[in-house]
Amino acid sequence: MAERSFTQEVRSLELQAGEVFRGEGILALTKALLQSGVGYVGGYQGAPISHLMDVLSDAQGLLSKLGVQFSVSASEAAAAASLAASMMYPVRGAVTFKSTVGTNVASDALANLASSGVIGGALIIIGEDYGEGSSIMQERSHAFAMKSQIWLLDPRPDLPSIVKAVEDGFELSEASNTPVMLELRIRSCHVHGSFIAKDNKRPAFTLQQALERPVRDVNRIVLPPASYLQEKEKIEKRWPAAVEFIKRRKLNETFAGDLSEIGIALQGGMYNGVMRALQRLGLADIWGHTRVPLYVMNVTYPLIDDELAEFCVGKRAVLIVEEGQPDYIEQAVNTILRRRGINTRIHGKDVLPMAGEYTADVMLKGVRDFIVGAAPDALSDADRAPNEPAIGDDPRVKALAGVVPPRPPGFCTGCPERPIFAAMKLVEKELGPHHVAADIGCHLFSILPPFNIGATTMGYGLGPASAAAFNVPSQKKSISFIGDGGFWHNGLTTSIGNAVYNKHDGVIVVVDNYYSSATGGQDLLSSRADNTTRSTKHPITKAVEGVGATWVRQIDRTYDVAKMRDTLKEALTTREPGPKVIVASSECMLNRQRREKPLFNKAVKGGQRMVRERYGVDEDVCTGDHACIRLSGCPSLTVKHTDDPLKDDPVASVDNTCVGCGNCGEVAEAAVLCPSFYRAEIVHNPTRLERLRARLRSAVIGYLQRRRARHSPALS
Amino acid sequence: MNAEAARPPALDTTTPLAIAVMAMGGQGGGVLVDWIVALCEAQGWAAQSTSVPGVAQRTGATVYYIEALPVPPDAPAGLRPVLSLMAVPGEVDVVIGAEFMEAGRAIQRGLVTPDRTTLIASSHRAYAVVEKQAPGNGIADAGAVIAAAQASAKRLIAFDMAKAAETSGSAISAVMFGALAAADVLPFPRIAYETTIRNAGIGVEASLRGFAEGYEAARAAPASEPEPAPPEKMLSPASPPVGGAAYVAIAKRVRDTFPVPAQEMIVAGLRRVVDFQDVAYGEEYLKLVAGILALDGASKDYALTRTAAKYIAVAMAYDDVYRIADLKTRGSRFARVRAEIDSSPEQLVYTTEFMHPRMDEVTGSLPAALGRFIESRPSLFRQLDRIVNRGRRVKTTRLGGFLMLYTLAGLKRFRRGTLRHAVEIQHRDSWLARVKAAAARDYDLAVELLNTRRLVKGYSDTHARGLSKFDRVMAAAAKLEGRSDAADWVRRLREAALKDEDGVALDGALKTVDSFLH
Repeated sequence: MAERSFTQEVRSLELQAGEVFRGEGILALTKALLQSGVGYVGGYQGAPISHLMDVLSDAQGLLSKLGVQFSVSASEAAAAASLAASMMYPVRGAVTFKSTVGTNVASDALANLASSGVIGGALIIIGEDYGEGSSIMQERSHAFAMKSQIWLLDPRPDLPSIVKAVEDGFELSEASNTPVMLELRIRSCHVHGSFIAKDNKRPAFTLQQALERPVRDVNRIVLPPASYLQEKEKIEKRWPAAVEFIKRRKLNETFAGDLSEIGIALQGGMYNGVMRALQRLGLADIWGHTRVPLYVMNVTYPLIDDELAEFCVGKRAVLIVEEGQPDYIEQAVNTILRRRGINTRIHGKDVLPMAGEYTADVMLKGVRDFIVGAAPDALSDADRAPNEPAIGDDPRVKALAGVVPPRPPGFCTGCPERPIFAAMKLVEKELGPHHVAADIGCHLFSILPPFNIGATTMGYGLGPASAAAFNVPSQKKSISFIGDGGFWHNGLTTSIGNAVYNKHDGVIVVVDNYYSSATGGQDLLSSRADNTTRSTKHPITKAVEGVGATWVRQIDRTYDVAKMRDTLKEALTTREPGPKVIVASSECMLNRQRREKPLFNKAVKGGQRMVRERYGVDEDVCTGDHACIRLSGCPSLTVKHTDDPLKDDPVASVDNTCVGCGNCGEVAEAAVLCPSFYRAEIVHNPTRLERLRARLRSAVIGYLQRRRARHSPALS
Repeated sequence: MNAEAARPPALDTTTPLAIAVMAMGGQGGGVLVDWIVALCEAQGWAAQSTSVPGVAQRTGATVYYIEALPVPPDAPAGLRPVLSLMAVPGEVDVVIGAEFMEAGRAIQRGLVTPDRTTLIASSHRAYAVVEKQAPGNGIADAGAVIAAAQASAKRLIAFDMAKAAETSGSAISAVMFGALAAADVLPFPRIAYETTIRNAGIGVEASLRGFAEGYEAARAAPASEPEPAPPEKMLSPASPPVGGAAYVAIAKRVRDTFPVPAQEMIVAGLRRVVDFQDVAYGEEYLKLVAGILALDGASKDYALTRTAAKYIAVAMAYDDVYRIADLKTRGSRFARVRAEIDSSPEQLVYTTEFMHPRMDEVTGSLPAALGRFIESRPSLFRQLDRIVNRGRRVKTTRLGGFLMLYTLAGLKRFRRGTLRHAVEIQHRDSWLARVKAAAARDYDLAVELLNTRRLVKGYSDTHARGLSKFDRVMAAAAKLEGRSDAADWVRRLREAALKDEDGVALDGALKTVDSFLH
């Protein structure tokens, strides 16, 4: 069950020719795939294309109706490998994952796919996770496209352009027998817009046909001597074919402007940013008119030498807007012009930063500096040298620097992973700090306050593998974490199998929250929920034991902090050789609440007896030392000022968002914190007998309380 | 290809209306953005929204950005604006801060500018972990955001949208939508907004209530005066004391025998210690405060006496087993719990207390001699501790659990004989002796020595850590005595001690002190 449901939105995937589609980029992308008669789709979730996988899952009814096969791939490598279907058969396939990390994982399959080439259109939709909000290293997919020779589309970030890129992409792939990457940046994936829909198409050639009439061609297999021929073919046939197609179909766009002595050549994805910069300089308007000629590369690899030469010739200077490093395009353009003896001055990274996202102000400064140098008269004095005072210089605004606290993403209210790290902190109090190797997933939030646990993160499913070197005799063992997502992605072999085979004397904690939670709560092999279209409920412990681990502990309620702590201690102190694997399982609270809340409310409405638990802090018992918060960080465990004049510091307090997970009570108990915490069981629709008992009880209790209150010397 | 464009095109100077929403993951910022886009499109505008959720944004800060503008009626078919996917500093018309520090973040990012931006901010605070985890008070100063907002916003609409959402039983996104409607930046009537909510079709009724709540509140909210910063701690009112005759009598005596500036704090302290033990204990308290008063004068507005009144009470009303049992079983406490979890009368509420007594607490509660006897025999202590030392969950709403704690609370009459009491009193007296000794020579230092008592708080390990911090600061104070800046340094040391749990900041500060002491 994914975190976000698109069941409403997927209806728009059935829109017919001429109707207006309104929605998010990824939804438009899916519609475009169906309009292009795609035969099979697959992929691996990850921001920013997680929602694309969710949309596909929610659209499975429609997909099967159209005869489109959909697999939820185990990893990006599995997704890329599935494109093999288009090598031998004229069937269109598309896979999606986040880049560059996903592309790294998939690169083996991608290289082979590119070498062997395709007959059916093969589209690789990558979410280019670069810049603000990115969760990964800042690299570009461009290098992959170039080294494997896969064509790279980078369309303008509006829905019509994105949809067109999908349709063009398939045709380009077929025209040049080469797989095509379609790159979408974070914001393009989530941009809301509209386009005119076309009818969905059933695949012209089906996978059933392929299976019934299998084809084999040794020249398509990547083995010598065929592989040498394939490399020749890449250069001599496929590349020219691609260039010819891109030119003929005008995939790149040119926008004329009267300032013809200068120009800007840009990645399609940069178009809106460049236009806004020009608009702010009075050289363009909101409707796309520009005074500066633009050459928009919706295809950033291969470059079309003739088009670039034609655009630059006769111009004094041209600016290349290419986000990220290295400056592949700028270098290439310089070579192209030099070869042809065109001496247009090329600017790029000299006025724009080499690395980092081209935000609105970065773009404005770069474009301004370019024009000031190349065509100063085009700008008004104000635009040439603006001197409006920046609000950031106001001392009162500057003063915010020390005030506004950082607010990185963290564990949700009631998250079952929090108690695992609370237990870790308790263990560290006893046994001292250890080397902790972290992984990718929600559990990586442990590196932040209040836990501050975790020294490295080397990639998805690689946590325990990244501790492999620490397999030496020592007083202290290494501890490594891995989530259920990373575990099934590749961790079972890369991390667990690796540790078993090498007899790694370390501790491995598998954080099992029943879903691939960090990417939006998609199901996994070990998910406990019923899933009609996938095979789930395969316990992680069975897999771990299957690869030979012997010291395996299953914890079925991570909120049991004391048990968690003791199990960790046992794992760290036992003399048993080989990896000590602890599988800590409790359901992701976000998903659990989404599932249970409606049912609970319905039952209450229906008059059923239901019990809701939540926790609280007695403000007159709490001394405001906040030790509980340093072991929790739960959003619902917060602080508040009291009007007790004898208390200096705010006391701890649990707000109404508490979901009653029990972590704070368990921690207070296990860490011997204080008696401030209480659990309240709120009984909706109590039974008559229950009410009677309660009345008797409170009669006695109430009497005693009043009695003592009467005798107390001072009423406070 | 450039030939055909010789003359400059007629450029339209229209700029889009820009809205940035600063929210935390899980606040429903996405819902709000979808409403705004749907609203604009329904009014014949072209609208574009973007966000950087990163599906795992969770509780972190995030920005949503919307640009919209009317499509001219005479526009050629297919004409569509080129809109920015990123907020453009200096060109944002509305910034909606779903939490007060997030509004501050928007100001920091330069999205709020005096010429253009209407800042709609919820004045409520969701404290960040770094604010909550400090052993002292780590809460960020909302006043700084107010000042920055007044400097940078063209118009500021701020009120507690979280509360509005709660009272209307809806989400904060609906309240923000209402506030946006009331701000009148978008030229659409209220009904258009409500229609948008209806058409979205999810939780319509609740959302409409939240919308109305937000709309009215924004209308009522003074144009530039947001909610005040966190409430000033109000001292217990000087109203006549309530309680037994004996208590009323000595409370009255405070009015006659102590200077007015100190009276409120003394009354508060007196009430605490009498409530903790009995009237005689209150007499003891007043005697101690009087002893400090003897060294005080009007010159510094009786700061020494006021501070003493506060911390002597804190020191005397320490948290022992009997105290906790008492607090947990009071009728007032039962009522407070019910209010806190806002349960309705027809619901039943059962409470369970999480307690973890150790042998230390047990020996502390025993008669001093017996307690010392056990403590002086480590092996015996350890054996007993093995029996005692575990988590115990007491159901205070069940007779068994209640009677146990109730009886325990009743035993407080023997408190004066306990080991814990002896220890606390000894600690109190040696501390006050230090204060008195200092008062004669360095008034300000004496005040700071009193304030240092603030470091002693918490239970078990936390309490022990607090005590050791207290001791280290007091020790440093002894070395600093005689210097003109002694008081300042003791204050600095105390502030440092409250910054982090393990006293890293304190160690640093102590090193500095040592460095100039020898």
